[in-house]
Amino acid sequence: MTGNDAVLALVVVTALGFDFTNGFHDTGNAMATSIVTGALPPRVAVGVSAVLNLAGAFLSTAVAATIASGLVNSHDVTLTVVFAGLTGSILWNLATWFLGIPSSSSHALIGGVVGATMAAAGSSAVKWQGLVSKVIVPAALSPFIAGAIATVGTYLVYRLTRDVSERTRGHGFRIGQVGSASMVSLAHGTNDAQKTMGVITLALIANGTLHTGAKSPTWVIASCAVAIALGTYIGGWRVIRALGKGLVEIEPPQGMASESASAAVILSSTDFGYSLSTTHVATGSILGAGVGKKDGEVRWHIARRMVVAWLLTLPAAALVGALAYWAAHGIGGTGGVVVIFVVLVLASVAFFLASRHPAVTPENVNAAWTGSVHPAPDSQEVAS
Amino acid sequence: MNSWINLNALWKIVVVGLLTGAGLPALFAIGLRLLTPPAPPTPAGQAAAQRPTVGPIAYALAGLCFAVVLAAIGWGISVIVNHS
Repeated sequence: MTGNDAVLALVVVTALGFDFTNGFHDTGNAMATSIVTGALPPRVAVGVSAVLNLAGAFLSTAVAATIASGLVNSHDVTLTVVFAGLTGSILWNLATWFLGIPSSSSHALIGGVVGATMAAAGSSAVKWQGLVSKVIVPAALSPFIAGAIATVGTYLVYRLTRDVSERTRGHGFRIGQVGSASMVSLAHGTNDAQKTMGVITLALIANGTLHTGAKSPTWVIASCAVAIALGTYIGGWRVIRALGKGLVEIEPPQGMASESASAAVILSSTDFGYSLSTTHVATGSILGAGVGKKDGEVRWHIARRMVVAWLLTLPAAALVGALAYWAAHGIGGTGGVVVIFVVLVLASVAFFLASRHPAVTPENVNAAWTGSVHPAPDSQEVAS
Repeated sequence: MNSWINLNALWKIVVVGLLTGAGLPALFAIGLRLLTPPAPPTPAGQAAAQRPTVGPIAYALAGLCFAVVLAAIGWGISVIVNHS
C-alpha cells in the first residue's frame, strides 16, 4: 500500500510537471503577437497571461477526465501507465520547446498516454475511432479554419483602416490585441489545465483513492491552476520568438486579427464539444494573418518545420511513453517508477542547461530574426 | 454526420468563427476608422473629402462598434463559464 502511495505521489508530481511545461510551451499561443508588436512589454504579457490561465482553470471543470476515457479503455490504465505516458509527453514538450517549435501539448499528452497504454495492454486497449474523430480530424482541420478566418479578418482590417495613419492604427490595434490575446489565455487555462486535472483524477481513480466517475477534488484543481500559471509566467521565450518573429513579421492589426480568430475558433469549438489544440489554432491564425496582408511575408519553410513536428508529436510521444512503460515495468514495482522519474528529472535539467547557451530571454526575444530560434549573440553576451 | 467527422459541428464552427473571429476585428477597425479623421498628408482624394472632422454621429457609431465588440467578449467568457 505504501508502495502504491509513493507511486501515486510521483504520478501527481509528474502530472504537475507536465502542466508546468504545458504552461510555458503555450505562452506564445496567446502572447507571442502582443510581445512582438510591443502591445505589452514581455514580462507584463506573460504575467497577464499567467493570471488569466489561473482564472481560466477555475472557471470550468467540465471536460476534466474526458481526455483519457474516450481514447483508451480506462480499466487498462494503471498508475505506471499514467506515469509513463506523462514521461513521454514531458520529454517531447521539452524537446520541441528547445527547438522553438510550437507543438501541441495536448497531443503530447494524448500520445504519451496512448503509447503507454499500448505498451501495457496492446493496441486493442486504444479506442482508435475516438482517437481519429476527437483528436486527429480536429487537429488536421483546425489550423486551416483558424487560418482562413484570420486571413479574412486581416484583409478586412487593413482594407477598412487603409486611410487611417500608421500611428493611430498601430495604437488602436495594440489595445485590441491585448483584449483578444487575453481571451486566448483564458480559454487556454480552461482547456489545458483541465487536461492535467483529468490525468491526476484518472490516477486517483486507478489507485482506488477516488471512485470511478468522481469529480476532480479541489486540491487537484488548485494545484493544476497554479502549475500552469507558473509555467506560463516563466514564459517559453523560444516558442514565443519562433511564433511571433520567425513565422511572420507581425503588425498590430495582424496580431489582433490572428488572436481574435484563435479565440473565436477555440471558444466556438469548445461550445460544440471539441477540445482543440490551442497551438494548432494559434499557429494557423498567425499564418493566416501573414497571408491576409497584401505584402505580408510568411516564412513557409518555418511553417513546414512546425507541421512536421505536429505530425510527429503523437507517434513520438507515444514511443517515449511506451519505452518509459517498458523500462518501468521491466525494472518492476515502485523501484521502476522511481528510476524513470530520476531519468526524467535529469533529462529535464539537461534540456534546461542546454537552453542557456545561448538563451532566449525577455530582453532579446524581439531581436531581428536571423534564421534561428536564438538571436545572433551580441558582442557582450557571448557565453555566460 | 458520421462517426468519424462531425460535419454538423464543423460548419457551425466555421460560421460562428468567421462572424466573431473576423467580424469583430472588422467592427473594431470600423470603430477606429470612424474616430480618425482622414490622414491629412495622404493626397488620396477619393473618400477623404467625405468627412474632414469627426462628428458626434461618428462618435456614436464608433461607440456602438466598440460596445458590440465588448458584448461579444462578455459572450465569450459566458461560454467558458457555462460550459460546466
